[in-house]
Amino acid sequence: MASFELICPAGTPAALRAAVDAGADSVYCGFRDETNARNFPGLNFSPTEMAEGVAYAHRRGRSLFVAINTYPAASNPAPWHRAVDQAAEFGADAVILADLGLLDYAARRHPRLRLHLSVQASAANADAVALYRDVFGVRRVVLPRVLTVQDIARLTAETGVETEVFVFGGLCPMAEGRCSLSSYATGQSPNRQGVCSPASHVRYEQRGDVMASRLGDFTINLFEEGEPAGYPTLCKGRFVTNDRSSYLFEEPTSLNAVALLPELKAAGVRALKIEGRQRGKAYIAATVAAYRQALDGFDRTGRAEVPMLAGMTEGQRGTTGAYTRTWR
Amino acid sequence: MDTQLTLGPVLFNWTADAWRDFYWRVADEAPVDVVHVGEIVCSKRLPFIAEHLPEALERLTAAGKRVVVSSPILVTTERERQAVRDLLTIGDVTIEANDTGALALLAGRPHAVGPFVNVYNEGTLAWLAGRGAGSVTLPGELPADAIRPLAAAARTLGVAVEVQVFGRLPLAISARCYHARAQGLHKDGCRFVCGEDPDGLSVDTLDGEPFLTVNGTQTLSRRYLSLAGRLDELRTMGVTRFRLSPHSLDMVEVARLFRAVLDGTLAAAEADARLADRIGPAGIADGFFLGKPGAAWVGAAA
Repeated sequence: MASFELICPAGTPAALRAAVDAGADSVYCGFRDETNARNFPGLNFSPTEMAEGVAYAHRRGRSLFVAINTYPAASNPAPWHRAVDQAAEFGADAVILADLGLLDYAARRHPRLRLHLSVQASAANADAVALYRDVFGVRRVVLPRVLTVQDIARLTAETGVETEVFVFGGLCPMAEGRCSLSSYATGQSPNRQGVCSPASHVRYEQRGDVMASRLGDFTINLFEEGEPAGYPTLCKGRFVTNDRSSYLFEEPTSLNAVALLPELKAAGVRALKIEGRQRGKAYIAATVAAYRQALDGFDRTGRAEVPMLAGMTEGQRGTTGAYTRTWR
Repeated sequence: MDTQLTLGPVLFNWTADAWRDFYWRVADEAPVDVVHVGEIVCSKRLPFIAEHLPEALERLTAAGKRVVVSSPILVTTERERQAVRDLLTIGDVTIEANDTGALALLAGRPHAVGPFVNVYNEGTLAWLAGRGAGSVTLPGELPADAIRPLAAAARTLGVAVEVQVFGRLPLAISARCYHARAQGLHKDGCRFVCGEDPDGLSVDTLDGEPFLTVNGTQTLSRRYLSLAGRLDELRTMGVTRFRLSPHSLDMVEVARLFRAVLDGTLAAAEADARLADRIGPAGIADGFFLGKPGAAWVGAAA
């Protein structure tokens, strides 16, 4: 058996086919509404596309997971319930949920539907994971990006629940699903609307030689002439503390944990996840292929060869994030 | 149901003496009904308050306050898990769960659900009620349009609903310490630099605009939430508890202002004006309540 299951993002049917063709074991997608945490314009799946996506993956022996990982709105649970019902009807291999009430609904309404706990639930310790396992029958938990490899090993061993961790792509420095930074600046939140630092609230302002990137009423970064002006994701901005400017929360960097494959395997991690449902199919194809090659190589040799992914990481730099203790 | 003023836990790293003096004064002078204690942001600070905790519980209880012990927001290590278990052995107090791990340990026993457990809808509220939650403090980013149906549902479930109405709003929690990082340090060798800022470390934009506040691993709003002008509206919705989050300004005075507005002896606009005066340049905000950016200030007249 392969060491890891490779879980890949798809924001469009074309990206789904690209991910499957490039060697994804499983693909995760969302419906085209506020029920998923990548609710961006022009992205995601209609019910028909989702049904076709499941069929495409299954014909090739792969799996499809449906992310329904925002928090259902008060007095309007219908879109979230419908999403769960349709995922079950279309034969999705799992739904990825975060909300306690929605987990309760899915477990009671669809007892045979496999439940995965979304990273947006931020289950960061064995007590929390055990609750989701015992009460709702959750089979797998996607771990928040706040844990060290040691923490992950202990949690996996104690709970016996399959663990899935992010290895590549965008990196939240905050505990996911517990962050209102975006809504403080824009009124739009990951938990409620499924967006973070949304493009609708982004402006670039040329100020002489300096380019300002703004989110709502706040300047997130300033760029000198010739400096590439990055997207103003709030927690990747430059701010001033004690009269000194810095990337206070996180540099504009991406997660790449491929070097940690041996440690993650020893920790008992079952699945490795690539972030990026907002990415185009060319990026998906290249990233998935590179990771497929790295995982196959690791299974043959036990060594983690860092795949060639130049130009694909944000800011051209990689970090192993919270998996390594010094990140803290 | 009775309307109650509650005092949230101290979020910042105050000295043990400042922490003790604060709760002693609250016990003697603050017109609040419920008082939360506990270090919920960083387990490294826990030893500082541990020595005064039993006496604080005793003194607050003797003063007629109902005491709630709040559990940490983010629990990842074995030591932190044990610390949560230790809270459960304290007798005669309600425990407030601030993560799902604490919820798991409190199943079947009466408890409070804190603002760091995501309660966005009636389904979650009903599930929590069925597990023994007696009260739920809603997440700070919820607008009136969500608070209203949740408060209505809570009433039928017999759960009290609480909303924060004063103080900097918690916005995020991390494994990384930004207070340490701002000084070029790591969390492991942090030198407790967070102790230098009793209301948190100011974070400005590159344009020099006040933006956020860092409190160790926690990030808060720069502005102070004030919903003094919305208390009537919240009460009409069925919200029965109003949380004040402690800061270094005179919290007894803040509690008296809110109490006076609830009692109808002080106009909300006057309370907001006095609060804005005490808070100074950081400013006040009420945007989340109105479905706007949380940093916005509209005021009750709008």
